[in-house]
Amino acid sequence: MRDEIKNLTIEAVIDKLSQKKFSAVELVKSCLKNIKEKESVLAAFLSVDEKLALQQAEIADQQIEQLTKDNLPELIGVPIAIKDNILVEGMPCTAGSKILKNYIAPYNATVIKKLSQAGAIIIGKTNLDEFAMGSSTENSAFQTTKNPIDLERVPGGSSGGSAAAVAGGEVICALGSETGGSIRQPASFCGIVGLKPTYGSVSRFGLIAFASSIDQIGPLTKTVSGAKRIFRAIRGIDSNDSTTKVFPENNKKTLSLKEIRVGIPREYFTGEVDKRVASLVKKVISQLEKEKVKMIEVSLPHTKYALPAYYIIAPSEASANLARYDGIRYGCPAKAETLSDLYFVRNLFIVGWIL
Amino acid sequence: MSKISSQEVKHIAKLARLGLKEKEVEKMQEELTSILSYIDQLKEVNIEKIELQEKEIFNRTREDKSLSYSGIDKLIELFPDKKNRHLKVKSVFKKE
Repeated sequence: MRDEIKNLTIEAVIDKLSQKKFSAVELVKSCLKNIKEKESVLAAFLSVDEKLALQQAEIADQQIEQLTKDNLPELIGVPIAIKDNILVEGMPCTAGSKILKNYIAPYNATVIKKLSQAGAIIIGKTNLDEFAMGSSTENSAFQTTKNPIDLERVPGGSSGGSAAAVAGGEVICALGSETGGSIRQPASFCGIVGLKPTYGSVSRFGLIAFASSIDQIGPLTKTVSGAKRIFRAIRGIDSNDSTTKVFPENNKKTLSLKEIRVGIPREYFTGEVDKRVASLVKKVISQLEKEKVKMIEVSLPHTKYALPAYYIIAPSEASANLARYDGIRYGCPAKAETLSDLYFVRNLFIVGWIL
Repeated sequence: MSKISSQEVKHIAKLARLGLKEKEVEKMQEELTSILSYIDQLKEVNIEKIELQEKEIFNRTREDKSLSYSGIDKLIELFPDKKNRHLKVKSVFKKE
């Protein structure tokens, strides 16, 4: 089963668990063994809680014993990794920064509560660029994660630990967070699926904030239907995140490819795109056209202003959000005699991250 | 857009309690100037005729009242320095 994990989808896990092909405890033990074997090379995880994972697996096995398949929660027994900027009560949460090296999360993020209710099993916390700022996972204060497809290459980032853990067969799926590409880009680098949900559909309560006007939490999976399953489990209104709202939904269980229209923004295929990337995307477009998906060229004339807007919004909001990491109420205290010295010493460590 | 001067960087750094080395002051001159040039780029856009895509924008508010929080002990445990249940902070003035 340990080799199988690399290709095992969420649906396959649930099928095999309910058919008693293997138990949740067996599956979790296999994941833990894979992690032990592969971590010296991949370095995708910052912490793993074996005891907590096995406890959750035992509960999942009990539920599988007691309930019929149709009544099982939608992520029953599915081992999931969590990016280390999302709080899991009782586990460390570092955001890839030494300032939070000893920080133990005092409560669960809303998405963690929802995942637990859906029966998912939290295995551990994954590496990221410090405070989710970066695109390669080389900017973690602790370790550099490798791309499981080619160990000479980066896994992308900032959710690079989550992408590598899924693509490397250490875990079935993962949560990441995205401000400007941090889920979709590492998913792409590692050959898996990443979804940045629409802003407001998933609560960020318990996510270490980077740029609050654009931050979202989302899934990294092997299939689109797996991403949908996790998204459905974690979305919804939360009184602890006032940006959440209800979105209209297509209730169709399956959507035929003929019913789908895809807009292809002209401005996304300028000379700046790597030719190999552009030709791969065009290949997928023509494959989908053969399947009768309607492809329509559209124009998004403000595309060239996206980056300037991002580089104003992201650093300004980050600077407001990160001001709280002064090591006074939690985190690593700086050695200083007076309060103003403490800020001065502390900031010597932080300078240098802005862009 | 003219480059931000080293004096301006040093002044901002002092207000933000940033201890910059001389080399970092130069780096910040470059980086802050480039951020300001992004603002200039956005000034090109005429937004008068652009309608908001989101039609239903509203404030979500709640009653402004305090609630008790059950996780206080865990927060106190995270204090780097404490006396009983109180957070200890550095003094504002130096001891004579």
